[in-house]
This record gives sequence, structure tokens and C-alpha cells, in this order.
Amino acid sequence: MTTLHEGSSMHAGPTTTGDSVLVARGLSKRFGGFMAVNNVDLSIRRGSIHALIGPNGAGKTTCFNLLTKTLSPTSGTIDFDGHDITQMRAADVARMGLVRSFQISATFPHMTALENVRVALQSSYGSTYRFWNSLKRVEPLNERAMHLLERVGLANMAKVEAADLSYGKKRALEIATTLAMEPKVMLLDEPTAGMGHEDIEPITELIRETAKGRTVVIVEHNLSIVATLCDRITVLQHGEVLTEGTYAEVSSDERVISAYMGGVDED
Amino acid sequence: MSKTSVIAIALLAVALVAPLFVYPVTLMTILCFIVFACSFNLLLGYTGLLCFGHAMFFGSAAYVAGWLMKTYGLTPEMGILAGGLFSAALGLLVGIIAVRKSGITFAMITFAIAQFVYFILLRSPFTGGEDGLQKIPREPVLGLIDVTRNFNYYYVVLAITVLAVFFFYRIVHSPFGEILKAIRDNDARVESLGMKPERYKLMALVLSAGLAGVAGAMKASVFQFATLTDVSFPISTEVIIMTLLGGLGTLFGPMVGAGFIIYLNEYLASFGEWALISQGIILLLVILFLRRGIVGEFNAWMKRRQAS
Repeated sequence: MTTLHEGSSMHAGPTTTGDSVLVARGLSKRFGGFMAVNNVDLSIRRGSIHALIGPNGAGKTTCFNLLTKTLSPTSGTIDFDGHDITQMRAADVARMGLVRSFQISATFPHMTALENVRVALQSSYGSTYRFWNSLKRVEPLNERAMHLLERVGLANMAKVEAADLSYGKKRALEIATTLAMEPKVMLLDEPTAGMGHEDIEPITELIRETAKGRTVVIVEHNLSIVATLCDRITVLQHGEVLTEGTYAEVSSDERVISAYMGGVDED
Repeated sequence: MSKTSVIAIALLAVALVAPLFVYPVTLMTILCFIVFACSFNLLLGYTGLLCFGHAMFFGSAAYVAGWLMKTYGLTPEMGILAGGLFSAALGLLVGIIAVRKSGITFAMITFAIAQFVYFILLRSPFTGGEDGLQKIPREPVLGLIDVTRNFNYYYVVLAITVLAVFFFYRIVHSPFGEILKAIRDNDARVESLGMKPERYKLMALVLSAGLAGVAGAMKASVFQFATLTDVSFPISTEVIIMTLLGGLGTLFGPMVGAGFIIYLNEYLASFGEWALISQGIILLLVILFLRRGIVGEFNAWMKRRQAS
């Protein structure tokens, strides 16, 4: 029932079944003399919500940046939806449907919420080099943009500049922008980082809602969110995979507890 | 009618009667620098690229257009078009080298190339070296309209300026312009949404260089000479000051800045070095107290007033 991808026979990679949408094999990233990510194998199941967790410095964000092609790996390969994307650029994989968000809020601050979403819609419609056209040409996209804003609860703030939105609303806007790309896989880098308690709940709900029909990979510090949201969890430590499983599995794993959870769980 | 069009029509009305009251050459200088400042604003205000050698596009177009008008008797409008196209091509070359860099690296690369262009023009036989290119003729526009009188030529320059400013307006209010603003705000995010920022930056640089070329070529036809001053570093800094003073990333800001600085230069010309000193003081005051420039602060004030 499992098939190993060609060329991966050198090491025991994860067994990639047909329903894995994103597969990393032997992924490593070296910064000077420091191995930030070391020989990581990952297999993200289609339709799952998959978390990358681990203590500070475990290589979560580097790993995330490798998967999204924000960084190039020192070695290893990444397959997305059956295509080898190891050598591709972030812009190209985004067009294929692998779209990321950022840890620090990644809106376009001096543009309105509507314009923020429209930029992404324009990208998927590919009309973007037309400097001789009036903006009226992209007004047909407004309806879809409004629909997306509605979905994240920002319909009444369409004309507000992103810089003037609250922190939680910025994250919601970011998700609306990401959704505009109609991603097959959505990668969220610490979606609730720096958020007050009252904002965390709606964002978690939003992620759960938008995850329907697609795959979500998140890097997350807040373990209670991981517990309620995620189907699969990969625990990283010192740039390597410590273990993988459901929350119940990894949270009862002795190595995980000693590496990470014991000291952090109370927040 | 939108607020923008009301202001635009009012400005145009002023521009139409202005030569009855103000020396046309001063006005034409202002118009040339309005186009130049718009071109700079397209890069810094709408794309987030600080070009530190924008004079290379301005000055080399002045030479190329001047030389074509003098050697081949090109009419002014054709010379100006040729100057614009030449600078757009130069912009493409500069862009291929510089556009993958941003921030201070981009600024330094453009500065270095501009110095290089300066020395090429200094050494080239057709530029007249230190003397510059003199006695550029002004053939009848479209082969019909006599423009030897500055008063007449003013209206031609005004027409070209209106076209150039409209071109600039079209760019920044286009689907492409929307992507440029997104790149200015957050280019990593633009990449993550499936677009390649450097391609847009390259296009913006070509368009901006072309507009700067139109401005420079127009200036050569106004003064009927082109000199090394037009490609020199002070011109690159002057356009920065104009844009910041007027308001970066605003439609009318660079126009206000260009008008203000040119008028000030004329006014203070008899005081020699004082023109430069006062420019320095103005820049300092703008940085300290008018961070958004004259028009930018005005817009912010209007917005605050509407909000309350």
C-alpha cells in the first residue's frame, strides 16, 4: 500500500501514501556551522491540520520556511502534490497552491482591507502587468474580495487601511488574503502569536472553518490550540524530528515531555 | 466629480493663465521638474525603491534629444519622445543590474551607475564635454506650430506635461500600480502570493526612467542646451527633496515640491550659495516637522478632520 518515491532509497524516508500532499525527505538546512534543520522527513496528509511544534530553537520556523520555499534547503527534497518543488521559487509554488502566512503580520499596511485581498485575487487572475488599464478593470474582483472579507468577519472594514486594524483583525485579513489564492495547502506561521485571549478563540475557529477542503500546516506555540485544532503533530528538537502522532500520542511521549512540554504547558 | 479631478482642473486653469503673469521659462522649468518629480515618486512613493542617481535618466535624455534635434532637425515632440525612449532603455539596463536589490544597496548601485553615465557623457564627443551641447534648435512643433517664442512653446510644454502626468496617474491607479503599492508595503508577502516582485520593480523602473527622460529632453528643448549639470548628482538629490517636500506617494505632492523648489531657486538665485543653504534648511524642517510633506500632511489633516 505504500510507495517510496524514486530516488529516496538512500535513507528510510516516510512512507508516502497517495494521500500525502506535501512530502519532505532528508530535509536539511545549514547556517554556517549550525544545522538548523537536520535530515527531517515529513509527510503531510491531504485534508489534515498538521502542527509543527517544539521548544525554542528546535528549527520549526526554519523547517516552515523550507517547506514554503522562503529558504532553500542545503539538502533534501520537497514534493508538493506530486511535483518536485525543491528548486522552485516561492512565487511559483504559491501559484501551484502552496501558500504561506507570516509570523509578523503580513498585510499591506497602506492599502485598504479590500485592496489587500484584491492583490491576491489579481495574482490568481494574472492581469497584473497592465499599467495602462484603469482600476475599473479589477472592480469585478471586489465581489469576491468582499465575500472573503465576510468570511473572516471583516466585511464592515473593507475600506479601512490595514495599518488601522487591530492585531487580531490583521491576522484575519491575512487569512482572507491567503484564502484568495485558493490554496490546496495553507501554511500558517504562528497564527496566534502575540494575540490577546479574546482574539485567539475567533482565529482558531476561523482556521478550523477555512481548513475544510484543504490542508493546513501550522507552526504554533500555544499547545491548547494545537490540542483542539490539529490532527497530526510533528515534534521537532535540535532540528530533528523527535516524534509524530496525534496530540494524545505525542503529549504522553516521555521524550516530548522532558524536551518541551513539562516546562511550557502551564501557559 | 471626484476631489482629485477638481484639483487637477483648478491647477490646469492656473497653468493656462500663468504665463501672463510669470516668466514662461520659469514656468516651463517647473513643468519639466514636475514630470521629473512624478517619475521619481513612481519609484520611491509607489514602489519603495530609492533611486539615488535619477539624474542619469534626466540628463542623458537631454543630451540624446538635444543631439537628435540639432543633428537631424527633429521636431521638439519627436525629440522628447526619443529622449523618453532612450532613458526607458537605460532604465531597463539599470534595472537588470539593480532590481533584485532593495533599500540602501539599490540606492548605491543606482548612484554608482549614475556616476558612470556622467563620465561617459563627459568624455563622449557629441556632448561637447564641459561646454555642453549648445544651440539646440526648436523646429516647429508637428511641423506646423512656430515655437521660437517662449510664450508659445510654454503651451506645448504644458500639453506634454499634462500627458506625462496623466500617464503617471494611469500607472499608479492601474492593476499594476496596485501591485506596486503592495510591493512597497511588503514585497515578501507579494512573493508569497505568487508574484515575482523584481519583475514589477523592473517595469516600474523602466516606466519611471522613461518619464524622467521626457522631463530631461523637455528641459533641453526649453533652454536649447544640455549640460553636465543635468546628469550631475545635485539634480538627483534635488528631485528627492522636491518629492519629500511635496509629499511622497501623493499625486499632487511632487508637483507642489517641484514648483516650490524651482521658484525658490529662481528667487534666491541672486543670493548665490544661499539658494543651497536654504534648500538644506527646508529639507531639515520637512524631515523634522512635515514627515509626510506638504500635501501628505494636508491629506492627513483632512482625514483627521473628517474622522472627528
